[in-house]
Amino acid sequence: MAVCVAVIAKENYPLYIRSIPTENELKFHYMVHTSLDVVDEKISAMGKALVDQRELYLGLLYPTEDYKVYGYVTNSKVKFVMVVDSSNTALRDNEIRSMFRKLHNSYTDVMCNPFYNPGDRIHSRAFDSMVTSMMIQVC
Amino acid sequence: MADAALFEFLHTEMVAELWAHHSDPGPGGQKMSLSVLEGMGFRVGQALGERLPQETLAFREELDVLKFLCKDLWVAVFQKQMDSLRTNHQGTYVLQDNSFPLLIRMAAGLQYLEEAPKFLAFTCGLLRGALSTLGIKSLVTASVASLPTCKFQVVIQKT
Repeated sequence: MAVCVAVIAKENYPLYIRSIPTENELKFHYMVHTSLDVVDEKISAMGKALVDQRELYLGLLYPTEDYKVYGYVTNSKVKFVMVVDSSNTALRDNEIRSMFRKLHNSYTDVMCNPFYNPGDRIHSRAFDSMVTSMMIQVC
Repeated sequence: MADAALFEFLHTEMVAELWAHHSDPGPGGQKMSLSVLEGMGFRVGQALGERLPQETLAFREELDVLKFLCKDLWVAVFQKQMDSLRTNHQGTYVLQDNSFPLLIRMAAGLQYLEEAPKFLAFTCGLLRGALSTLGIKSLVTASVASLPTCKFQVVIQKT
């Protein structure tokens, strides 16, 4: 259901970015790049407003005519960005949250992999297959 | 309860293994082994720093991160909390553990004081690794005045 999934490191470079359909990838790359500004804005806004509970899930970052972009930040300042098709109105907040939770779990597994150096691009096949299962859920 | 013992035994063997192959007991070789141990702890700390705070909400400031280390990280690794955390509010924190599990089986006083630093290097790396994942560059050193009490000093590097 997601059209594009990206994992951005805390220094704001991509650790993993994948989109379907594979043609016109650049458009999604640009969207993810612009969404990073929105993420930073939300993080700094949360810091100033003395909220008691800071959530990891950031919610809808910005909607475009065809797509909606959602964001999530981990405690280690790694950002997950997900682009979803707007025409898929059946997607509810809870489902997006659960997709982010799965992403976070898989990312943590990648981190704990001794063959992975933190800061490298993610090549893990297990992570790939988890992302594939999230993206290809068309009926 | 057996889980704690597993890590303690593994850690003891790691230290023993690194020191067994030492043909030259000079200070150069010692430093190598200490930094190898610290490096191991760093990588483990990086992974733990990702996994442990998974369900907790975002940290608001440095002190929250240190408190998380003293409570959640210490409980996860050593099944007890850190006994005291002090700070000078200028980037230096001193974490004190009055009965450090990796030292408690060795002695209860001043015996084996020179051997103690070897057993603290891994834990220093662990703290440094967890802090680095959570976005804080730091330098961690440990000191022992009398077993099994030990102090970990964390100095935040301002870049």
